[in-house]
Amino acid sequence: MISARGLRKSFGDFEAVKGIDVEVRKGEAFGFLGPNGAGKSSTMRMIASVSPVSGGELRILGMDPATDGPAIRGRLGVCPQEDTLDNELNVFDNLYIYGRYFGIDRATCRERARELLEFAQITDKAKAKVEDLSGGMKRRLTIARSLINNPDLLLLDEPTTGLDPQARHVLWDQLFRLKQAGVTLVITTHYMDEAEQLCDRLVVMDKGLIAAEGSPRQLIDAHSTREVAELRFGVGEHEALAEKIEDLGERVEVLPDRLLVYSDHGEDVVTAVLDRGLHPIATLVRRSTLEDVFLRLTGRSLAD
Amino acid sequence: MASDATTTAAQRATGALSAREGMARQYDYWLTVLKRTWRGGVVSSFLTPLLYVVAMGVLLGGFIEGDPDRLEGATSYLAFVVPGLVASHAMTIAVSESTYPVMGAIKWHKTFYAQLATPLAVRDLVNAFIGFVMFRVASACAVFMLVIAPFGVFATWWGPILAWLSQVLVGFAFATLVFAYSARLRSEEGFGLLFRLGVIPLTLFSGAFFPISNLGPVLEWIARLTPLWHGVSLSRMFCVGQVDWSLVVLHVVVLVTLTVVGWFLAVRNLDRRLEV
Repeated sequence: MISARGLRKSFGDFEAVKGIDVEVRKGEAFGFLGPNGAGKSSTMRMIASVSPVSGGELRILGMDPATDGPAIRGRLGVCPQEDTLDNELNVFDNLYIYGRYFGIDRATCRERARELLEFAQITDKAKAKVEDLSGGMKRRLTIARSLINNPDLLLLDEPTTGLDPQARHVLWDQLFRLKQAGVTLVITTHYMDEAEQLCDRLVVMDKGLIAAEGSPRQLIDAHSTREVAELRFGVGEHEALAEKIEDLGERVEVLPDRLLVYSDHGEDVVTAVLDRGLHPIATLVRRSTLEDVFLRLTGRSLAD
Repeated sequence: MASDATTTAAQRATGALSAREGMARQYDYWLTVLKRTWRGGVVSSFLTPLLYVVAMGVLLGGFIEGDPDRLEGATSYLAFVVPGLVASHAMTIAVSESTYPVMGAIKWHKTFYAQLATPLAVRDLVNAFIGFVMFRVASACAVFMLVIAPFGVFATWWGPILAWLSQVLVGFAFATLVFAYSARLRSEEGFGLLFRLGVIPLTLFSGAFFPISNLGPVLEWIARLTPLWHGVSLSRMFCVGQVDWSLVVLHVVVLVTLTVVGWFLAVRNLDRRLEV
């Protein structure tokens, strides 16, 4: 579906994407995980065939965006990071008008619009103004709009940024249903839980480059331990205490507010720490996540 | 679309739409815009210029002795001012419809970004946008000319029709050029500049209200270089019925050239602006 070789994007002197290789296969949910400014959105815009490639090779659905842009865009669904819904149209018309841009005839457009309102669970809002929708509903409408042309490939740029937890879960459920219906999804996110939930395979991006690639499980296995012991001590003590316990795990990360000790047996770490006469204010043993993978690969957390 | 049998092989390779298809796909969108905005359009397109005609043409013009030699062949000041007023009105509508609405579609509503995520190309967006602006210009000028017709200011029956086409040409030239300007603009302050230093001086000094020969030789030549003067002169020649066909050719060439240049600049500027 997507094949990129040495893909680059630069704006003047600034290189947003510095040569990445990506393969996305039919039917999979593929993720770009990384902090803001990692080059995810620039990559997405190139894939969406609206931003010209600065270097390298890119093929979408077997076509070249430089020469086949309109044909590619006709088969894509794009859910941009910033809502581009038409605030002056009502909810139904946002879908209907958009379908017309794809050359879909009027009757089919109306039918598709009704189906998609159903799918997005906003049928009762069909005649409402877009302005009157909640953030979650707007996102669902944007996703519904991106599906109006029955796309082969759906691009979602930060689909749940800015939504409350409940709205995120509703959206995830919908994306999951799309995935089961066989739609190929490409998702960018800086939420590791989103990437874990939705993506079959993902790349971790940082500073315009790909730091690692694999399924969430593979990445965690390859770059982290099974468990993590989080130890919280008093303010300013973490740096000094790290040296005293660094032999207890495979690796120790010092964060401003806590220490992370990477080990396959988290509880044993906590016991050993207590045995050494140290008294953390709080302890937590958890499984490794993509956040830990990112920390390992870049030395920074995703929120930075 | 698979059903589009007219699509040539070359177009199919790129998937680009024909100009007609590109505009047709946006028809429903612009229809909703029209439905939403026509009421306001009635006031600015019909009522305001009618007030101008009454104030300038009838009331103020009543003090002006109509000497056809000094009024470019018009038999009364009203007959002189109407064709100029409508031509400058065409400019005003074209400019106002190509300023804030263009910025809105880029910056505030992001309509262009949403449209570009579909098979539509920048060229298609410009075409449909200008098409809508021109519908506004053409309908406003047509209604205006029809309303004024019974007052006996037109010399022939066919003159006003050609005058109307001249006004449409004025609209095209300004719509494309101003679209090109607006597509580059980052903040709306530039529009104040455009109206104060562009639209208002053009309206006042392009021969709409008085013959440009009154300006004196130097200013008269400057006035001749302004796009609006070509439109005013064209519109007036047809309405008054004293047509210098060599001058007609010059006016038409100037306005068509400006339109073509404006269109290319509009497409280029919007393309650069949206391509991030």
